[in-house]
Order: sequence, then C-alpha cells, then structure tokens
Amino acid sequence: MEEFTQIVLLFISTVLINNFVLIRFLGICPFLGVSKQVETAFSMGLATTFVMTLTAAATWMINTFILEALNLPFLQYVSFIIVIASLVQFVEMFIKKTSPVLYKALGIFLPLITTNCAIMGLALLIPLNGYSFIASVVFGFGAGVGFTLAIVLIAGLREKLEFGDVPEVLKGVPVTLIIAGIMAMAFMGFSGLISM
Amino acid sequence: MSIDFKELIADFKNGLWAENPVIRLVIGMCPTLAVTNSAENGLAMGLATSFVLIMSEFVISIIKKLIPANVRIPSYILIIATFVTFTDYFLKAFFPGIASSLSIFIPLIVVNCLILGRQEAFASKNPTHRAVADGIGMGIGFTWVLTLLGMIREFFGMGSMFGFQLLGEWYRPMVIMILPAGAFITLGILVGIMNQISREGK
Repeated sequence: MEEFTQIVLLFISTVLINNFVLIRFLGICPFLGVSKQVETAFSMGLATTFVMTLTAAATWMINTFILEALNLPFLQYVSFIIVIASLVQFVEMFIKKTSPVLYKALGIFLPLITTNCAIMGLALLIPLNGYSFIASVVFGFGAGVGFTLAIVLIAGLREKLEFGDVPEVLKGVPVTLIIAGIMAMAFMGFSGLISM
Repeated sequence: MSIDFKELIADFKNGLWAENPVIRLVIGMCPTLAVTNSAENGLAMGLATSFVLIMSEFVISIIKKLIPANVRIPSYILIIATFVTFTDYFLKAFFPGIASSLSIFIPLIVVNCLILGRQEAFASKNPTHRAVADGIGMGIGFTWVLTLLGMIREFFGMGSMFGFQLLGEWYRPMVIMILPAGAFITLGILVGIMNQISREGK
C-alpha cells in the first residue's frame, strides 16, 4: 500500500508540481511551435505522452541491463538518442499499419518528437533519480500528461488572443512567452500540494 | 580554391543578429530559459553549445559526401552526441560547480534543434571554412543572448552580476526573476524589444 501511495504522489507531482514544460523547461520548442490550435495541440500531446511512456520503459531497461551491467556510462547519451529515434520510427510504422485514423491525427507530429528535448530529458532524469521500473513508467506517463496539459492550456489562451489587441512588436512568440510566464506562476501555486 | 573573405564574414555575421538563433529563429529555447538564472550559467551554456556546434559543423562539412542521404539525420545526431559526451566529461572534470548547476541541460545539447538545424541547413551544403564561420557566428549569437538574459535575471533576482554583489542591503530581490516564471517573461519582453530595434533599423 505504501508503494502505491508513493506512485500516486509521483504521478501528481510530475503532472502539476514539476511540470515538464513550465517548471523544468523541457519541450519548449513544440510548446511554442504547435500551440496555435487546441485540436492540434491535443494531438501533439497525445503522441508525446505515448512516446514518453514507451521511452521511459525502454531507457530504464537499457540503462539497467546493458549500460550499468556492463559499466558503460559514457555511452548513455549516444544510446538514449538512438533508442528514442528508433522508437519513434517504430511507433510511426506500427500506427500506420494498425490504425490509419490515429496515424492521420498524429502522423506529422511523430517525426518531430525525436528532437523534443522533453523525451531526452525524461530518459536522462530516470537514471539520475534512480526510479524503479514501475516508477519510471509512471514518471514517463505523468510527464506526458503534464506536457499535454500545458500545451492544451496555452493553445486555448492563444486562440482567444487572436482577437485581442496585442502590440505589434509583441505578436507571436513574445506574447506567448509572457503568457507562459504567467502560467508558470500559476503552477507555482501547486508547489505546496505535497511534500516528498 | 581561393577563400572569399567577404563571404566568410557575411556567414559569421549572419548568426549575430540577422539570423540570431534565439531572437530571430526561436530555436534552442529549452536551455535558453532553463539555465539563465545567472550570468555565469548563461555564459557557460552558450560556450558549451558553441563548442559542440563548431566541432560538429567542422566534422560534418568534411565528411558530408560520405554520408548517404537517407541516414544523414541519425549520423548527424551520433556525431553531435559524441562531442556532447566529450564536453560533459570535460566540464565534470574541470568545472564541477558549473556542471552540477547546468545538470541535465549539458546532455540535452544533443537534441538542441539549433545544432541539428545548422547541420541540415548549412554544414551539409557548404565547404568546411564557411561551415566553421557559420558555427562561430551562430555560437556567439547564442552565447550573447544567453549571457544577456542571465545578467538581467541575476541583476533583478539577486542584485548581483557574475556573482559580484552590486546592490546593497536596501535592495529587496525580485525572487520571481530567477524562478521559471521570470525566465519566460524576461525572454518575452527581450524578444519584443529586439523586434522593435530591428524594425526601427529598417
């Protein structure tokens, strides 16, 4: 029971308190680039969550059974990036074969995920924090959910902002960054939620 | 083969302002926001990224004809990852303080879109000397923005600059500036100001 509580707490803290985008600054590129419409933002979030959960499982296994077992820590970065790139490729092929509808929805976003630093950051944080296998998968899933939450929220705000009277020089990226800053302040409110 | 110096200088200057990676192209944002809570961290991150950028542009522009087109992206990433591993071990050995405050953002240089983007857009199409000039220009362009951002945030957030206390006891630091929210807002305003400056220049 104790472990279960820990896992639930880990999930909540990954989604809200240590939100990958707004607090850890991982995955800013898609956060700024693919957040013009709620619908596409949600698809991107979905694809990222899917890849993140798989990445967490795959990199935990690689790190524990190969890199640590054979004492090859210096290959960490190279092997993680290869795992992520091939995983994304594999997921793309798999979805294309099994679900054309889902492929249409996620298709263009999948290749972009390889260079999303949230995924690589996730892979690097797992050995750093020393999570168990289950904790790693929950961490990956929670990170994906947190990313989706942030990107959908900002896309909603940006859709409204289209009608707002924004000064010419601040249009586009600057105003998005300022909104993200205000959102980050709001997310700081969660920091007292649980103490770990 | 003669070297055209005018062209070289143009490649070099390109990254400083006209195509500045952070201000103009808006790439490489994760480290820009994450590590600029002090001027020192911003400068260190800029230099580390520049090193990886210059070295990988150098190597890739030399061997570009040997890399088959369909596997070029994985090959680029492998070359970049090698230099990043080198940088990481170097910093851990000689500057452990900086290495620990930059933490996972050093290994994350691997997936910095700035580096991969320059390989694809420049190094794979141009001769070595031009690729190196582009790398140096882009590197300095990235570094000055990060350092400036770090200086602003450190000044308002702690009343100091590069670790030296500038403001006296009377100054109550705006803690928000060194927290994540301050990073977003400062960069947003900075990009806005830069837009204004380049519009006036036209």
